[in-house]
Amino acid sequence: MSVAMRDAFGAKLAELGKTNDKIVVLDADVSSSTKSAIFGKAFPDRFFNVGVAEANLVGVAAGLATAGYHPVVNAFAIFLALKSTDQIRNVFCYNHLPIVIAGAYGGLSDSFDGASHQSITDIAIMRAMPNMEVIVPADSRQAELALEYALQQNTPVYIRLNRNAMPSVPEPANFASKKVIVLKEGKDVTVAANGITAAMANDAAVLLAAKGVDAEILSIPFVKPLDGDGLAASVAKTGNLVTVEEHTVVGGFGSACLEALAKRKMTYAFDAIGVEDRFTETGPYDELLAAYGLSAESIADRVMKLLNK
Amino acid sequence: MDDTLKSLLAEKKGQSLSAVELAALAAGFRLEMFDVLHSRGTGHWGGASSAAEITTSLYFNRMNVDPSNPAWEDRDRFILSKGHASMNLYTILAYKGFFSPEDLPGFRTLGSHLQGHPSMKRTPGVDMSTGALGHGLSIGVGMALAARLSGKKHWTYVLSGEGCLNEGQTWEAAMMAAKYRPERLVYMIDYNGVQLDGTSDDIMPLNPLADKFKAFGWNVAPKLYDGHDTKSLLESYDWMDSDDVWPKAVIYQTVKGKGVSFMEGKSAWHGAPIDIDSYAKGRPELLADIEKKEAAL
Ligand SMILES: Cc1ncc(C[n+]2csc(CCOP(=O)(O)OP(=O)(O)O)c2C)c(N)n1
Repeated sequence: MSVAMRDAFGAKLAELGKTNDKIVVLDADVSSSTKSAIFGKAFPDRFFNVGVAEANLVGVAAGLATAGYHPVVNAFAIFLALKSTDQIRNVFCYNHLPIVIAGAYGGLSDSFDGASHQSITDIAIMRAMPNMEVIVPADSRQAELALEYALQQNTPVYIRLNRNAMPSVPEPANFASKKVIVLKEGKDVTVAANGITAAMANDAAVLLAAKGVDAEILSIPFVKPLDGDGLAASVAKTGNLVTVEEHTVVGGFGSACLEALAKRKMTYAFDAIGVEDRFTETGPYDELLAAYGLSAESIADRVMKLLNK
Repeated sequence: MDDTLKSLLAEKKGQSLSAVELAALAAGFRLEMFDVLHSRGTGHWGGASSAAEITTSLYFNRMNVDPSNPAWEDRDRFILSKGHASMNLYTILAYKGFFSPEDLPGFRTLGSHLQGHPSMKRTPGVDMSTGALGHGLSIGVGMALAARLSGKKHWTYVLSGEGCLNEGQTWEAAMMAAKYRPERLVYMIDYNGVQLDGTSDDIMPLNPLADKFKAFGWNVAPKLYDGHDTKSLLESYDWMDSDDVWPKAVIYQTVKGKGVSFMEGKSAWHGAPIDIDSYAKGRPELLADIEKKEAAL
């Protein structure tokens, strides 16, 4: 287990604020949840709590960005993606402004609050916007690296964060290269895992190995730009692909993978694990994830089915 | 623009114009907007005309900008939150010197830098892209806060119509502006009483508007100014400079489609193409207005 992404992200933000006085942080009355309050406490002059007003949150950040500041806007992922979509598209993206959009409580991680708070469409929405980059870190270390990366870009970057303490994966050698991160090499099947599902996929590889299946496990935090070449090289080798995401299977990470491979005219067997086109529900996080096929066991089962074993 | 106005512009380049000069200039700009909107058969006449004196006075009397350096850090900022009035802003920016007036007829054609709604990435002098109503005040708050953070003294002006005031985001921004009170932020309202579908009284009543802003904690101008009377506009600037209490809101009483009698106050002329008959009938009125204003020079 590592610390929760939000804790790591909040602490990193405050740390970076010490040396980068262009960072300004905005929050919409959820700073104690997103942990942007750590920055707010350290740098009250560069912290703005706009109240429960996500559209205004984005607009104000845009104004700051036009004057050389690098805003980091924090709110729940679901409300950023849904209540400030127009502002993110027409102001951040259209004007190509350097802004970090930190979507807290991503996926099902606000599990007990139920469907109204679970963000399972944010990746589809964000990746559809021109000029936007989309990163879904696998663990708290990747979340820190994503923040460092995003603050060096001259473009809007969406980073989807998780609420809870989750297992970690080995630290990538070069996160900023945006390449697929090979957690385990294998020859029978490619498991392409987005966000926190990477650790599950890693565990699934152990279960699969016991059944004689040699799985290649990829952690792919960069949904956009997606490393299509890296993905294709793996799938060309294994001939089988299973994508895993904490998101609807409509328009998200799995779709992005298919788009990349379709252009390369490859033939392979495929399955997508994620929330099937439906609303989610309340429950303990682990149980909820498992209910939507997001567990090591379930990933291993789906791989066995795909391989007809 | 006729020769009188062209030489006025050349003569007074970089200087603050007087009320009578501004009035003549605005009349000339209004005709230019009318001509281009007719020739292109697309664009928004009603709201462009309604703000003619407001933007002319702001850019040619008050704002501190440098057309040769549109990205100058210390420039005053202007956000046309009612972005559909783009033809108005483009006309002003062109004659202010940000780009050639010869570009104006290319408005809304493929490849032109004059997009349907203002784009800061395309058009020199545009400080913020707009088009979706309701964004301007939030962005203005951000710009004014940035000025405060970096110790700069420039002004941020946001111009909106009723449409932006229908949007919830504007009131989110109004609350926030009263919380942080960024210096030199002015919210200007082109209060012509007409929206897209009809009058604001029918669509979404806004009165008592000044009281709303007062209740939100704003410094509101003590009266409604006449947004077509350049003397009244200059008076509103005296008020802006009269104290140090922020943010400031000022309401300009205006007429949508001003200058062409049969188009005035009619939502039908919000965004309708100006057909040839209406053009032929309306143009002489605008010409007569220019003549009248030039006579006062
Ligand atoms: C968010 C959004 N919704 C709808 C529109 C379409 N629209 C363009 S102008 C307008 C009415 C604007 O009224 P007002 O602000 O009074 O304009 P003015 O009379 O000053 O031109 C509408 C509804 C839009 N541009 N943005």
